[in-house]
Amino acid sequence: MIKFNKFYKLFNITSFFLVIISILFLIFKGLNFGVDFKGGTLIELRVNDNQANISSIRQSFKNMDLGDVNVKKFGKDNDFLIKFEKKDNSSNLIELIKNDLSKSIGDNFTFRRVENVGPKVSSELLKSGIIAITLSLAVMLFYIWIRFEWQFSLGAILALFHDVIVTLGIFSLFSLEINLSIVAAILTIVGYSMNDTVVIFDRVRENLRKYSDIKINELTNISINETLSRTIITSMTTLLALVSIYLFGGEILKGFSLAMILGVVFGTYSSIYIANSTLVKLNVTQKTVLKEDDN
Amino acid sequence: MLYFSKLRITFVSLITLVFIYISSSNFINSNNNFFEKKINLGLDLQGGSYLLLEIDNKPIIIKKLQNSTTAIRNFLKNQNIIFSDLKIVDTNIFFNTTNKDQEKIESLFLSEDSEINPYYPKYKTHQFRVNIDGNQFKLEFSKYGLIDIKNSSQDQAIEIVRRRVDEVGTNEPNILKRGNNRILVELPGLDDPMRIKSLLGKTANLTFRFITQNDNDVFGVEKLFFEDTTEDAFVSKRIILSGDNLLDAQPAMNNQSNEAIVSFTLDRVGAKRFGKATSTGVGKQLAIVLDGKIVSAPVIRDAIVSGSGQISGNFTFQSATDLALLLRSGALPAPLNIIEERTVGPDLGQDSIEAGIIALLTGFILVIVFMFFKYKFFGLIANITLLINLFLLTGVLTLFEATLTLPGIAGIILTVGMAVDANVLIFERIKEECKNEKNNIVAFDSGYVKSKTAIIDANITTLLAAIILFIMGSGPIKGFSITLGVGIFTTLFSVYFIARLLTALYVLKNKEKINLI
Repeated sequence: MIKFNKFYKLFNITSFFLVIISILFLIFKGLNFGVDFKGGTLIELRVNDNQANISSIRQSFKNMDLGDVNVKKFGKDNDFLIKFEKKDNSSNLIELIKNDLSKSIGDNFTFRRVENVGPKVSSELLKSGIIAITLSLAVMLFYIWIRFEWQFSLGAILALFHDVIVTLGIFSLFSLEINLSIVAAILTIVGYSMNDTVVIFDRVRENLRKYSDIKINELTNISINETLSRTIITSMTTLLALVSIYLFGGEILKGFSLAMILGVVFGTYSSIYIANSTLVKLNVTQKTVLKEDDN
Repeated sequence: MLYFSKLRITFVSLITLVFIYISSSNFINSNNNFFEKKINLGLDLQGGSYLLLEIDNKPIIIKKLQNSTTAIRNFLKNQNIIFSDLKIVDTNIFFNTTNKDQEKIESLFLSEDSEINPYYPKYKTHQFRVNIDGNQFKLEFSKYGLIDIKNSSQDQAIEIVRRRVDEVGTNEPNILKRGNNRILVELPGLDDPMRIKSLLGKTANLTFRFITQNDNDVFGVEKLFFEDTTEDAFVSKRIILSGDNLLDAQPAMNNQSNEAIVSFTLDRVGAKRFGKATSTGVGKQLAIVLDGKIVSAPVIRDAIVSGSGQISGNFTFQSATDLALLLRSGALPAPLNIIEERTVGPDLGQDSIEAGIIALLTGFILVIVFMFFKYKFFGLIANITLLINLFLLTGVLTLFEATLTLPGIAGIILTVGMAVDANVLIFERIKEECKNEKNNIVAFDSGYVKSKTAIIDANITTLLAAIILFIMGSGPIKGFSITLGVGIFTTLFSVYFIARLLTALYVLKNKEKINLI
């Protein structure tokens, strides 16, 4: 049996600092919002001859007076992702860019993808993204509260907050782009982390009913160990699936699968070290769950 | 938990076979018409354009206010009420009155069956909200007044948008209302929406009006510019003909000048009015005004009574074709702005499908290899279950003709990873039970029973996340929530019916074997 409970304190302090650092990053560095949330235009460009390089493309776009243009490689060598925030939204903007570009780099290119999001839509999408994440946290809190006692609910929600904040913190640290699919990933992380926490909590509750003489600190440790092989196997299979999306699912799903991979790792960790140590801190006893049964 | 009646076994097998059959219609192109449904591919997979249009209702609101001021002026006059300074500022109507009439006006505007301020019987609130500040009355459209305007302009606009998109002849367009001032246009297979965008960006408000020199025309005069130039002219506000009078418009070539033109045919009322105006106005210049710009202003040489005519004005054949199309489909009630556009080229869509399939196969193979090494025979059971689960999932998606997006494929792959969780929970529990219980059947049975709450709780939490995504998400993300959510149900079905049945059959045959799992 692994003594998880020996490290409760150490990892609680670690997590506390991780969350604080993440929040500091979120406040001072902020998130790198994509066009979905910031508004603007995104073009995925494929150049079919090998002449064009990133600097010549960057230069051609600089000459078009589009404001701050961001050009980067996207997967393959001849694929580029161009982003800019141009305020005026003439309906033939894309056509003008196409014409300008063919003057500077020739006709041998295609726009594989064009996304143009107006400021009104992007602020609505951001708002609904924030609502969706908050709502999912609230719904989970409520669900665990019905199924378990409030101490469990608090432990689970702390674990969820930890996972969401730290994942966002890492996105901020590396300036990874936040778009609609990242919001979907975060919601799935919330579901997954919850799922993991619930399985261990279910066992904690069962053991609380079974043993009256074991202290909660030891009891959570027993429960974690009893469910450990399941935790590892499920995390493994989920990670196998996610890693194959990351490696083979194409550029568009990279950010999504990366967020999910981080979420699964942190979700597994937090189910053990945050959710369970909260139960220890709150000194949950057999009475806590027996009271529930009486109701 | 291990007992299955014959009836239930038949039932489970039947459902499984039916769904495998349904899902097969996606892979096999047969002429057998018994089952024709297929999973739809989202725009991000088949390529196409997504346009979100917002109706700019302000011009309509102003126009309605102008109509209302006339009505209010006549109404107040008929009631012998003295008023002054009736004017429109922004989206409000203002007028002043005397103390004496104030109460009377108030009751005229606010009574439940007010003639001038209707809607009360229908909505329990008036068309206008009335504010009184001293002697000044301020009227503005109430919430319902605005909703009424927005709904009717949306109804008209969507009709015109549909006609214009249909005229261009794209493949199965999808045109839907969003809220009460937006229209969503999905155009599968269209990789360059330039033409559609320019067609939808035009109101196409066509009028025929005389050019006048004197400023005191009874109907008023406005200064308008010629298309593509800085030249201007004074045009009477009197409308001889509008686009509403057009029966048909077609592009054509003028044989003499070899120029592209638009020839049009008028309805009966239009033909009469056009004939009258052209016979009295010989020698005058008739301006053809489109969306506030003069297209051309030919001099009338003869009366035109045939009810047909032509518009010239530096057209290319393409622009003449587009103008004819716009005139045929009618004018939009208000300008439309494109506030969101997402276009995916067909080759990127194809690449995404291929990448998605490779990722799915890799994920699936990695998971089944892992499960087989971990659980041997029971791993095999879990893997068969997983495969059937995938068929069930595609079967359900096919049955509902759901739209599969790239994130949707990610949802399926994620389901592959997470679906084994329920079986893992059960197998691990059985292992624990086997430590204390020598009777295999009892141990397996209690393993199933005791793992149930954890499995149900764990799946409900994921389902809740999927439901929230479905409600809040848009487009591709909705596709993800659908596959994730449906995946939970098919997983539970396959684990509790298929995997349990296979496990039961195996355990009943090997009752005495020790270390069965």
